[in-house]
Amino acid sequence: MIPPLIVQEALDLGINLLAITDHNSSGNISAVIKAAEGTGIHILPGMELQTQEEVHVLCIFDTLEQIQTLQKIVDVSLPPFQNNPDLFGEQFVVDETGDFLYREERLLLTSSSVSIKSACEHVKALGGILIPAHINRKAFGLLPTLGLIPEELENNPVMEISRHITIQKAVETYSQLSKYQIIQSGDVHRLDEFLGVNYFDLEEPTIAELKKAFLKIDERNFQIRHPNL
Amino acid sequence: MNIQQIIDKLELKVLTEPRDFTSVTPTFGYSSDLLSCVMAGAPKQGIWVTLQAHGNIVAVAALLELTAVIITEGAMPDENTIQKANDEGVTLLSTSNSTFSTIGQLWEMGLRNP
Repeated sequence: MIPPLIVQEALDLGINLLAITDHNSSGNISAVIKAAEGTGIHILPGMELQTQEEVHVLCIFDTLEQIQTLQKIVDVSLPPFQNNPDLFGEQFVVDETGDFLYREERLLLTSSSVSIKSACEHVKALGGILIPAHINRKAFGLLPTLGLIPEELENNPVMEISRHITIQKAVETYSQLSKYQIIQSGDVHRLDEFLGVNYFDLEEPTIAELKKAFLKIDERNFQIRHPNL
Repeated sequence: MNIQQIIDKLELKVLTEPRDFTSVTPTFGYSSDLLSCVMAGAPKQGIWVTLQAHGNIVAVAALLELTAVIITEGAMPDENTIQKANDEGVTLLSTSNSTFSTIGQLWEMGLRNP
């Protein structure tokens, strides 16, 4: 997925808020931000962090500086393995037109040594929002991996479920989820995988506003509409 | 076979408060690092081998009344987890060996799966 095509797909689907959350990585975010300039689509910089426990958590921020601070923490917590493109695929960093800039040589497809608890603390300190990703999925999902929602996430208002389950089914299967707001972002790796089902009523596209929407306070709101399932 | 014999034979470090492990006898052995599988599959009063050191291992072990959890490859639970284990009466043991060799030794001692 190159930046201009991501932006075009979002435009076609009427999506106007996108978070870019590559795995343990933030190298391509600035290109997407540039590609989205003038389109009315707002890009939130983020990361899908793979924690020490082998759980995927989305860490989403307002600014590139915030994500770059988290990236530094993650960089020193990744094992020093080189990527093997034959096994794990290429890790390209591109510009806003999609042109090749460089190859990320470190293996990103692995766990950092950052724990969930530590990720919560870092994201909070940096002013971001943390959302456990595809929590029902057997591979790297919070609930299969850790069995139940751990105490460090008990006060985290929002969880993301995979594209293959309805909210109703998720809550039936995991009764703990009834306490949480649930989003469904689709773990989009390809252009045809956008779901676009998360609707927010916000004053502006910021993390502070998203937090209010998940808490449904100050007339901010959040809901999933017309799940594409 | 009791837990003390296992601690001695496998040279395990006892992370939680010591108690009379000679009187604790595990029923069976079990291993997985996916806690949902452990909740569904580990036998009651069994011994569980894992390299997952997250605090939720205590909740799972308490739920299944496991006799002990052996945490492998030197993975270290944090202080809160050890405290929680003490509160719940869960025994946490540690080894720098791999899960594979730990299970191999337990099997040699006569421990079996359910």
